[in-house]
Amino acid sequence: MQQPERHAGRRLVAGIPALWLAVFFLIPFLIVLKISFSEARLAIPPYAPLITWLHGLPIPSIHLSSYAYLFTDPLYLRSYLYSIMVAAVSTLICLALGYPMAYAIARAGEAWRSFLLMLIVLPFWTSFLLRVYAWIGLLQNDGLVNSVLLRLDLIHHPVTLLQTNFSLYIGIVYSYLPFMILPLYANLEKHDTALLEAAADLGARPLTAFLRVTLPQSLPGIAAGSLLVFIPAVGEYVIPTLLGRTDQIMIGRMLSDEFFDNRDWPVASGVAILILLLLVVPIVLLQRVERRERIAGSAP
Amino acid sequence: MNAQPSTPPDPAPPYVRLEAVSKKFGEFPAVDSVSLEIRRGEIFCLLGGSGSGKTTLLRMLAGFETPSAGRIYIDGEDMSAVPPYERPVNMMFQSYALFPHMSVERNVAFGLEQERLGHPEIRRRVAEILDIVQMSPYTGRKPHQLSGGQRQRVALARALVKRPKLLLLDEPLAALDRKLRERTQFELLSIQERLGVTFIVVTHDQEEAMTLATRMGVMDRGRIVQVGTPAEIYESPINRFVADFIGSVNLLEGRVEAAGADGIVIRCEPFGCTVRAAQRVECAPGDTVWAAIRPEKIALAGMVSPGEEAPRDNHMRGKVREVAYMGDVSICLVEIDSGKVLRVTLPNRSGLAAQRDLRHTGVTLCWDEASPVILTR
Repeated sequence: MQQPERHAGRRLVAGIPALWLAVFFLIPFLIVLKISFSEARLAIPPYAPLITWLHGLPIPSIHLSSYAYLFTDPLYLRSYLYSIMVAAVSTLICLALGYPMAYAIARAGEAWRSFLLMLIVLPFWTSFLLRVYAWIGLLQNDGLVNSVLLRLDLIHHPVTLLQTNFSLYIGIVYSYLPFMILPLYANLEKHDTALLEAAADLGARPLTAFLRVTLPQSLPGIAAGSLLVFIPAVGEYVIPTLLGRTDQIMIGRMLSDEFFDNRDWPVASGVAILILLLLVVPIVLLQRVERRERIAGSAP
Repeated sequence: MNAQPSTPPDPAPPYVRLEAVSKKFGEFPAVDSVSLEIRRGEIFCLLGGSGSGKTTLLRMLAGFETPSAGRIYIDGEDMSAVPPYERPVNMMFQSYALFPHMSVERNVAFGLEQERLGHPEIRRRVAEILDIVQMSPYTGRKPHQLSGGQRQRVALARALVKRPKLLLLDEPLAALDRKLRERTQFELLSIQERLGVTFIVVTHDQEEAMTLATRMGVMDRGRIVQVGTPAEIYESPINRFVADFIGSVNLLEGRVEAAGADGIVIRCEPFGCTVRAAQRVECAPGDTVWAAIRPEKIALAGMVSPGEEAPRDNHMRGKVREVAYMGDVSICLVEIDSGKVLRVTLPNRSGLAAQRDLRHTGVTLCWDEASPVILTR
């Protein structure tokens, strides 16, 4: 008597996220996919239907023109490569900065640890957009950084900092650093310090002990943090628009330009589909890492 | 401040020497001025309850803690400035601390790789030590795929493969179940003998210490209370703490009536008895002392009818209140006439029925003059 009820409950619990994903991800994805195969036209909506009905007969009109366009115009390819490069370099910088920070927090005293973690999360209390705008104020020609450098007589003319790769990396690294630190901390915090003592006892100097004991065990944390930075950074729109170069745009900006400025919905959809395909690989990787982490965590 | 006369140089100098070593955590003295000498090739057990400082002492020997005061010498060399990775010492951790991401073989090879030995040499020595601890069939397994006993063996192999002159073992058998623990104890002994390594073992388990140790040091609140062979510590504890900590004991408080070179007589008023011991004790008549009598050294004589002759020295009369059958022995709680309760162990030579019958019967307790140990502290 209880059995079917329990089953229904279980189905409901599993069904809600599935429904959520279907409504807010799968259906929009299918719509975008559909638009990417249609032809642009000056109308509302600005694309031709995939299937037209003529005397009761369906006439498909599937066009690969937007994809052909994406692959023939080098602008798009360059934009993709540039996005991947920016995301990869940002990820490496985040890792280089975040690993020591996460390590220090994980090894700090009980009382310090929660305080330091709060400092990492603190920026989230302010709007993301405001924080990126703040960097404009700091980096522009008459901004704080240039004024201080001029005042200190280190430079004689303001240095162009804004709308360079430098400002772009600052913006991305600054915004995404917590996403690197938190999973790394979660991993490093679980490490048994007795293992480092054992390594030292067996003759390993501190650096060797780190490289052979701590680092291999933190690989899942490194992978999780890197993917959490890399994936959103590839499609990042706000930061490159506000802080990035004007002569080389990232793919997120490209998508928005096609959509809003050119009103070429099929090409914009094609760009979106390709970003998705590009990110599926790291997303699958992330899931595999998480699964392995879970299995390792459940082992005695 | 130490008024001891300087001893003449020992022909075989101690392998490990601790000189007034102390360790304070904040204001708390975890180890308090411990001086100790450990000889080459012996198994020295540090025995104490939790918080007695035994593990801290071991960690100072390994180099994980720095003494607040005092010096540690290993093989004549001052260890003060020597980091753990340069000490001629290996440690077997209580949690084993095996590297979870490495196979059994990689775990054991780790220490040798730090010595930059050649691959063939490393492979040979790893195979050899894994054979000694009987883990050869499991070289490819990860630690989480091993049982507790197997992990213990890997940890031992990993520490021994470096051929340390001194091996520190932190509660080496605590995580094993009783049967496995007994077997492993004897294996440890045979491995130690075979490889000639000096062992320092920390344990809270007195049975473990008794089986393993050539000598042991009993620790209490950061101090070493007594050092001696297991038999010395058991048979002649120097104070009530040691007597009570090692094995079980009946402590009879009393006043000295007479003390001489050939013996001592104590009147234990609360027990209504006089204890006579063949022991020379530094004390004066009237002093308060304690007679420690091990339960297995008290004999139960048959029933005595009340009002019979007054008990002689080293005799008491009482009634058996409880009998706990332990298999090899039975533990009797005997309520003596004054109301106090004494513990007596009897070997189970005859069957179970004989012990059962004892309950609620009147008995006479008696012991030999050599049995009590008179303690002044």
